[in-house]
Amino acid sequence: MGAVATRPSVDEVWRWLEDVPDPEIPVISVVDLGIVRDVAWQGETLVVTVTPTYSGCPATTVIALDIEEALCRRGVEEVRLKTQLSPAWTTAWITEAARERLREFGIAPPVDGAACAGMLKARPVVACPRCGSEETERVSQFGSTPCKASYRCTACLEPFDYFKSF
Amino acid sequence: MRADPKFEFALRMGDNCLILGQQVGAWCGHAPAIEEDIALANVALDLIGQTRLWLGYAGKVEGAGKSADDLAFLRDARDFRNALLVEQPNGDFGQTLMRQFLFDAWHHPMLDALTGSSEPEIAEIAEKSVKEAAYHLERSRDLVIRLGDGSDESHRRMQAALDALWRFTGELTTPDDVDDALADAGVVPDLAGIEGRYLGIVRATCDAATLALPDDAFMQTGGKIGMHTEALGYLLADMQFLQRAHPGAAW
Repeated sequence: MGAVATRPSVDEVWRWLEDVPDPEIPVISVVDLGIVRDVAWQGETLVVTVTPTYSGCPATTVIALDIEEALCRRGVEEVRLKTQLSPAWTTAWITEAARERLREFGIAPPVDGAACAGMLKARPVVACPRCGSEETERVSQFGSTPCKASYRCTACLEPFDYFKSF
Repeated sequence: MRADPKFEFALRMGDNCLILGQQVGAWCGHAPAIEEDIALANVALDLIGQTRLWLGYAGKVEGAGKSADDLAFLRDARDFRNALLVEQPNGDFGQTLMRQFLFDAWHHPMLDALTGSSEPEIAEIAEKSVKEAAYHLERSRDLVIRLGDGSDESHRRMQAALDALWRFTGELTTPDDVDDALADAGVVPDLAGIEGRYLGIVRATCDAATLALPDDAFMQTGGKIGMHTEALGYLLADMQFLQRAHPGAAW
């Protein structure tokens, strides 16, 4: 039973990675999030290129372990995780389907093009993921994880997280 | 024998992030409002993440086999290259915010310019970090304006913080031979250009915050060459205790 004979195709590996959830937001996968940048075989080693979301995000290490574990479970014997910083991760890479799942989960998905450029400017309209109202206000630009801001809906009065544009 | 200027520069960038991140992290659980507590912890986390990138790169340039952790935990005060501004004590919330704002107002344009560095690894770290710094600057600048132009008490505290910290800001935009050598090679931007953008942000923000920039021009320098204020020693004693007491300890 040679490893070469059972070596999965790159496409198949991508499909497996679609089942690896983000540890903080389990309704979306690491592929949905856009952080898996490349999958390639180098000889007998499967090289998975990953880019961090925020440079200090504590989930980064867990994500790397989860990916290795998932591939190991599928029988891939040698996996190498490569970190790539450029191009820097952007929320524009989050898939449409994942945005819908975020909303269902109670997190408002990112508003594209609204990333902060350091200057005070008009804030994006963030619709409430529960009632859909656009009557919402920002409580804090920072939230429970580096990628989220805290908002509240002034129509249904529910607090919610906004996956901020980055 | 001088160290590679890229090593010196990476230490300066990384140590700024490390020392400020350590200071800001100390607010966790103590901030005046829960949203601020979370914001401070998030900013600290970003800065520690950026520290790993810069010090990891520094270790590689030095070529002595040191990791980012080795550089963070096993150097003494004289070997740290952070600006004096970031090691100043947290003080009250106003002083912490003002220190953050003055740093962010410099850090953001600096990183923005570094994305064009001729050194690919520096450009990549800057590309990653500048997006985070943008959020830091937006927040610190917003709060400086709201508290400066707030109640009599908040105004008084913000002005006191600005008066106390201003003297430590000069070295951020004053080039020395490391900066000059790297600027000539296109690795780092000309600090004069950064100074213009930095002062533009500081002046506009202080105007909106009804705060007066101190007019005495004396600027204390030294952080970039390892001549620090007494605050750094206390901070390192705390931050490095575990690695000093139990060398090599790991989770």
